[in-house]
Amino acid sequence: MNVLRRIGLALFAPVLAIVVAVVISSAVMAALQVNPFRVFEVMFDFGETPAQQTTAIVVILNRAVPLFLAGLAVSIAFRMGLFNIGVEGQYRLATVLAAGVGAAVALPGPLHVLLIVLVAMAVAALWAGLVAVLKVTRGVSEVISSIMLNVIALGIASYLLTGPLRGSPEGASIISTAEIPESGWMPSLNGVFGALGLATPPRQLYGFLLVAVVVGVVIAVLLNRTRFGFDLRAAGLSPSAASASGVDSRGMVVKTMLLSGAVAGLIGMPDLLGSTHAYTTDFTSGLGFLGIAVALLGRNKPVGIALGALLFAFLDRSLVPLQIQDFPASVVTIIQGTIVLAVVIANEIARRVALRAAERGSAVPAIVAGDGSTGPGQSASGAASTGGAADGGEGTGAGVSRTAGAGQRSDERQETGA
Amino acid sequence: MAALLLAGSMALAACASDESSSGGGSGSGGGGGGGSDELRIGLAFDTGGRGDRSFNDAAVAGVEAAIEEHGGEFQDLSPNADASNRADLLTQLADEGYNPIIAVGFAYGEVIGDVVEQYPDTTFAIVDSSAEEVGADNLTGLLFSEEQGSFLAGVAAATKSETGHIGFVGGVETPLIQKFEAGYVAGAQAVNPQIIIDRQYISPAGDFSGFNAPDRGLLVAQGMYEAGADIVYHAAGGSGLGVFQAAAAAGKRAIGVDSDQYNTVDDPALQAVILTSMLKRVDNAVSAFIDSYVDGSVEGGSDIVYDLAAEGVGLSTSGGFIDDIQDTIDDYRQQIIDGEIEVPTTP
Repeated sequence: MNVLRRIGLALFAPVLAIVVAVVISSAVMAALQVNPFRVFEVMFDFGETPAQQTTAIVVILNRAVPLFLAGLAVSIAFRMGLFNIGVEGQYRLATVLAAGVGAAVALPGPLHVLLIVLVAMAVAALWAGLVAVLKVTRGVSEVISSIMLNVIALGIASYLLTGPLRGSPEGASIISTAEIPESGWMPSLNGVFGALGLATPPRQLYGFLLVAVVVGVVIAVLLNRTRFGFDLRAAGLSPSAASASGVDSRGMVVKTMLLSGAVAGLIGMPDLLGSTHAYTTDFTSGLGFLGIAVALLGRNKPVGIALGALLFAFLDRSLVPLQIQDFPASVVTIIQGTIVLAVVIANEIARRVALRAAERGSAVPAIVAGDGSTGPGQSASGAASTGGAADGGEGTGAGVSRTAGAGQRSDERQETGA
Repeated sequence: MAALLLAGSMALAACASDESSSGGGSGSGGGGGGGSDELRIGLAFDTGGRGDRSFNDAAVAGVEAAIEEHGGEFQDLSPNADASNRADLLTQLADEGYNPIIAVGFAYGEVIGDVVEQYPDTTFAIVDSSAEEVGADNLTGLLFSEEQGSFLAGVAAATKSETGHIGFVGGVETPLIQKFEAGYVAGAQAVNPQIIIDRQYISPAGDFSGFNAPDRGLLVAQGMYEAGADIVYHAAGGSGLGVFQAAAAAGKRAIGVDSDQYNTVDDPALQAVILTSMLKRVDNAVSAFIDSYVDGSVEGGSDIVYDLAAEGVGLSTSGGFIDDIQDTIDDYRQQIIDGEIEVPTTP
């Protein structure tokens, strides 16, 4: 019963959010004289031939992998109450340097890939570490410094690309780094389709999908099943309470940002290792900002983030068929925007429902764990996972896992790109 | 694993040929006959999409002109916000049986190689990117000598400038936009070697926001006007609107790009500041390509360069602001066509 209830509570908010978003966007479409049922039908139409259908799946998965990693990177910082807006700059700088290193060396296959990935993680972690150092030594808000560092990172990436790392010939219309030799490419997973008896799509399914899954599992275990993860969540809930119980919260800020940055460094890897094999002027940008929305949608839980990334990728793919059927592509942007807004509302509703249930169910007022120092957003949405209080209940009672306190203000980020 | 991949790739090849024979069937027929099959043209835009009143809309105008002549229909697609689905746009159009398919914008250069290989029976063209490096015979590159047209824009600016100080606003610092800059600077200096030319890009390479940020275009141009420039040329796509607004606010002039922006800005106050526009006749190139597709005379595997001689680039005269210096411009124009002036392509 308890398990069922936990699952129900965990699913309640996101499902409510999606339902609300579908209703609102249907209303908007109806107001625009677009038939919402036809729109949803087109969105779920993956094509006629088996090859087209598997291609659609590959397109969605390939898009979801970087979104998932971006959401994960943002969520690690969120769990500790830090708002890492700098993911964008971290991954762009990491990708250009990793592409440069990857093109400059020749190593046997797996080692080559490993080196590229490690360089990317290290660069992004260091860049995120700057934010942490500024915060713990000088008290600079990580929101301000990470935004500023984004601008600097993009400038440096552009300088590196057009200057020292330039590999494309003079006059070529797309500037790119030198191509990574084939030993540094990541094989695709297209064999899976054959093994499953499905049509093999002409598009390559990124092999990095497996890495992303492993990273997701590792992060989930690290945050929920280790001392480090407990300290991180405790420090996020209440820095003063955590310090009082022996957690070095300054050290935790640095470690958390390094970890968040290291994951951010992976965002560009699926594209770099799987398809482009070089960093170019039109390398996919904006994933760091989309990651904030995805993390929010996934309530900072790896599984939720994966689902959020898949949802965004699914919506993204439907842009093209919608245009072919002469529906305005902005429909998708409307849906994405309303989902993110609805998540914020649904989180709040879920929190109240859970709060009431907890008050009825037990005498322990477990939920109000925030110390108020970061405002009312602090305890918001944590309650939907009252299960967290149960399994992390030892010690300070701070084990209530929480979602984005600060993040809730970030929601409209992804719409600006449209 | 290797065997699996091999099997996979064989299945892939089989699928690809299946699809193209069913989907692209109309293409091989259309190439010969013209009248029998309905012409279905696919158009894939780059960021900015349809309605930019500039580059992309010029391509639409070309397609519409061709449809006027040959009949048929067209489908245009715009990419997602970060333009990561460019390849999907092309494959979707090909899957839907559109033929020919025209990719508008150099950014497609990176992805089009794989797509043309995947759909050998569909005819593709790409605007602003070379097909020769791809080397597939179902792809044609439509290129423009932007530096030649920009040279004339520089001549007009330097001749018309009263302060001896002009400006250039580039959208994104890419090699393509640097061609505009190089030509403009060379043209202005040909008229007046002492001229002061402020040059600034809105965003660095890799950040495409500069093509669609009128607010930042306004700020950059405002700075130039305040510093003493009286004519600013923009090659900044949608950001150019901000340049015109800055010119109107400062009571100075600006030069438009790609389309005849005097006719596209829709605002008399802004029309009045547009001295001329450097025309890049994407419409002509696109309609000529479709003509040759209908005739069955597309060569493929090569580039068609639209320069001054081919009237692929030039200056607009709407508004009549440069009528008095037309002789000077024609003089330089002839010198470029005759090869007496060689216009640089890099600044």
